[in-house]
Amino acid sequence: MNEAGTEPGSKGLPAEKSDKVDKADNGYEGHKGIRGFRSRLISLTRKEIRQLLRDRSNLIIGIGLPLVLILIFGYGLSLDVRDAKVAVVLEDPSPVAADVIAGLELSAYISPVVVTSMHDAQRLMLAREVDAIVQVQSDFSRRLAAGNAQVQLLLHGSDASRALIIRSYVSSALSQWAQRQSDRGMVAGAGVGIAAPGSVTLIQRMWFNAANTSTWYLVPGLIVLIMTLVGAFLTAMVMAREWERGTLEALFVSPVRPTEILLAKIIPYFMVGMLGLGMCLLAARFLFEVPMYGSLLIVLVSSMLYLLVALGLGLLISSVTRNQFLASQLALITSFMPALMLSGFFFDLRNVPVVIHLIGNALPATYFMELIRTLFLAGNIWLLIFKNCAILAGYAVVLLGLARAVTRKKLD
Amino acid sequence: MSGPAVALIANRVHKRFLVKETGKSTQAVADVSLEVQMGSLTALVGPDGAGKTTLLRMIAGLMTADEGRLDVLGIDVAADPQAVQDRISYMPQRFGLYEDLSVQENLDLYADLHGVPQAMRRNRYARLLKMTDLARFTARPAGKLSGGMKQKLGLACTLVRSPELLLLDEPTVGVDPLSRRELWEIVQQMIDDEQLTVLVTTAYLDEAEHCARVFVLQEGKLLAEGTPEEIRQHARNLCFIVTPPQGQPLRILQARLLDDADCIIDAVPYGGSVRFIRRAEVDPQRLDSLLGGIPATAVEARVEDGFMVLLRERHDVAPMDTAISKAAGGTKNGGNGEDNAKREPDEVVIEVRDLVRKFGDFIAVDHLSFSVRQGEIFGLLGPNGAGKTTTFRMLCGLLPATSGFLQVAGFNLLRARAVARRRIGYMSQKFALYGDLSVMENLEFFGSAYGLYGKRLRERIDTVMQQFDLEGREKSPSGQLPGGFKQRLAMAVGLLHEPEILFLDEPTSGTDPLKRREFWRRITALSEVGTTIIITTHFMEEAEYCDRIVIQDAGRLLALGTPQEVRMQAGGEGARLNMEEAFIRIIEQERRKNSESPAGEANP
Repeated sequence: MNEAGTEPGSKGLPAEKSDKVDKADNGYEGHKGIRGFRSRLISLTRKEIRQLLRDRSNLIIGIGLPLVLILIFGYGLSLDVRDAKVAVVLEDPSPVAADVIAGLELSAYISPVVVTSMHDAQRLMLAREVDAIVQVQSDFSRRLAAGNAQVQLLLHGSDASRALIIRSYVSSALSQWAQRQSDRGMVAGAGVGIAAPGSVTLIQRMWFNAANTSTWYLVPGLIVLIMTLVGAFLTAMVMAREWERGTLEALFVSPVRPTEILLAKIIPYFMVGMLGLGMCLLAARFLFEVPMYGSLLIVLVSSMLYLLVALGLGLLISSVTRNQFLASQLALITSFMPALMLSGFFFDLRNVPVVIHLIGNALPATYFMELIRTLFLAGNIWLLIFKNCAILAGYAVVLLGLARAVTRKKLD
Repeated sequence: MSGPAVALIANRVHKRFLVKETGKSTQAVADVSLEVQMGSLTALVGPDGAGKTTLLRMIAGLMTADEGRLDVLGIDVAADPQAVQDRISYMPQRFGLYEDLSVQENLDLYADLHGVPQAMRRNRYARLLKMTDLARFTARPAGKLSGGMKQKLGLACTLVRSPELLLLDEPTVGVDPLSRRELWEIVQQMIDDEQLTVLVTTAYLDEAEHCARVFVLQEGKLLAEGTPEEIRQHARNLCFIVTPPQGQPLRILQARLLDDADCIIDAVPYGGSVRFIRRAEVDPQRLDSLLGGIPATAVEARVEDGFMVLLRERHDVAPMDTAISKAAGGTKNGGNGEDNAKREPDEVVIEVRDLVRKFGDFIAVDHLSFSVRQGEIFGLLGPNGAGKTTTFRMLCGLLPATSGFLQVAGFNLLRARAVARRRIGYMSQKFALYGDLSVMENLEFFGSAYGLYGKRLRERIDTVMQQFDLEGREKSPSGQLPGGFKQRLAMAVGLLHEPEILFLDEPTSGTDPLKRREFWRRITALSEVGTTIIITTHFMEEAEYCDRIVIQDAGRLLALGTPQEVRMQAGGEGARLNMEEAFIRIIEQERRKNSESPAGEANP
């Protein structure tokens, strides 16, 4: 701009003067320092938010999918056994026998179907219309008097864990009767096969999920899934999209710094992630009534930490692959699928082969899963909170740092 | 404030690329040294793959030179690319507009990034929007603009403030002549008003005419440099025009001249005549017999002529001629389909009457009527968004018409689309073959897809391999072929089943003059053996190769006839217009007539 300052506007256009005047202080000095940083960041962030809002697929993944997940995991998919059909064959017409069976009627988990013969019961069992048969034989009251009464329980074993759960429900329903009997002192020491005779009674109580509903267990885990989805899957597209559409080439040749480009990507998707978290927390509180024993503040802080981890991973994948399809596949394989399968969401990591266990332990999702469940169902266990938050913070720093390192304003 | 007088100094710059698939590296830029003065317009010209874009990217700090030094605005760009990027503007070949942001939002983004103060924006925006004629569309998403408008918006985004150096990478590729002229008017005005320093790469050599300095690159090396006048000097006293007798297509004489590489450096149809460059040492008698006794008139050399002389001197581009003439003869004997023999030369093979295509309320093609005769080369011309592509797709049977009559190769396309399709070949604008299959595998696959097999398939493959000079490349993966080879392969595939009609959609968009000559030489050869050719193009000079052309705008037919007739329609008897001038006039006349309808509507 050698003569630029002195040359009069040749065409006399109105813009001419102000252009020249401005050039002096806008040449490039205005780009430096915190003011330039802030205004560029605001502008880029505004651009990202606009793009986010105008692209419907973003909204579907960012808001629609979390909603669907909440509904599926909250209502559709449940690991609980509720209203399990159990055929009851009452061959003994005595009131005592009826009293025993009444315990089953009271249980919320079992819905007894009274049949008249063992033959009918077997037919129901074969048709898989019932999961178990409880048989009270005709000599029940006689043997009860003799002190060795028995009730037979037959279980459909094709789904072993369901069978076990039903067994425990049936036995606890029956032992409640025995308990009542002994409390009343009527049949001292009388056992119904399962309940231990004598004075020692096993009293079971489930800790941390007193109601033993899997919703309590799944909904906090859902937060992990949704944060992963928004953080890693959605952001994996954003840098790749710019590479694919060639928008970065023009953007690079401007005062923009790589850090600003990344920050402008992180901010809107961080907000979407927090929206997902909000939906989960509201659903947990009001829809599924999951208790939260830990502090909400720590839940929020740790979720933000994990969201940063996921965003870092997504941006890293996006910047390295520069291809939306590849990035989305990679994000699914490296973040969402492991978060679903290997973080302890479904399968307890202590019961898996060593290799899987090691992989699980390398995943940030595992630490967040453990932390969020503990916070919901057990409360503030400070050691765990500090340890896992530190691990998550470490991951966030490393992944975001890597994402920054690979985002260079270079095409070669 | 005073800066350096030199905007750019390149000192022995080298750049190599590693080609991943082959493990070999190619030299993109080799030992280039050049200087660009402040306040000037400089052009980098050269054929495809000459290293123009790579050089521009290195100047913009987006790539680092392997060797040598680049000083931009007095800054070593390799050491501090950001300092350079703070001060320059760069418009890449594919300017990355944010398509879901509006015109205004795109401008705002770049103004924010360049730190343009609010106070200054109002005037600047008003001026840019006026120049680009985008003021009516500020609220429209950039993705919904036509190609020419997108390009103008891209340019406006680089001009939100007055950059100290403006880099433009092929800003007019794929843009119609009208928008092309408007783009250059904007650049020129900014240069006049703000002493802008501009470095532009281009494959249109007429654009180099108004540059202060021209650098000619080839295969990464600097072939020549100088003012346009100095480039023209290379072809001084060698340029002539010759007008063939009435009724004879220009391309016949043009092809005959071009084939004689010993006498002729270059020959193109131009404004109803053939323009050629003879070799300096040519024997006058031989030239006279070549021209068939028609007198040739000497004309002033253009930059393009100088460029062609330079390229042909350093580089033998001859082998194509023999191959093409040989192939033309070969196909003749090979019997180009029995159907052709049966047809009369003047038989109508494409008949279009009152053809209409609507997309919702938008009328893309508005009552179009024309017919194409057997063996004609028929050109479809029009600005971006004129409805060319829509017309084209309907003719190929890729898109059903809303109403009207459409008969192709004797079949009514509205009813017998599949049968008609077997009689036509289609080459799309983009490379539509399987990049990871080899040349042979692609030919085999597409041949069998057209129902060829066994001995007949072999024969056809051998013929097109020879015809398009693909021998020796059988095993090369198609995706890695050089651009010219890819295009030849695509044409070979399109001609495997010996179609009567070949459709070519902007086949020469973004290719350099050398490849365009070669391409048209092949088209001429094809038409000689009776293949009918329908082609769209943005290069108006190429319309001169056609027997007849149609000019379309806003879906309507504006002109139909031989290039000569269309030129007459535009300028009357006296004016000697070239095709581009005629085209622009016809479009502008029509638009003035219907000034209430908005110009350059979005392409559907």
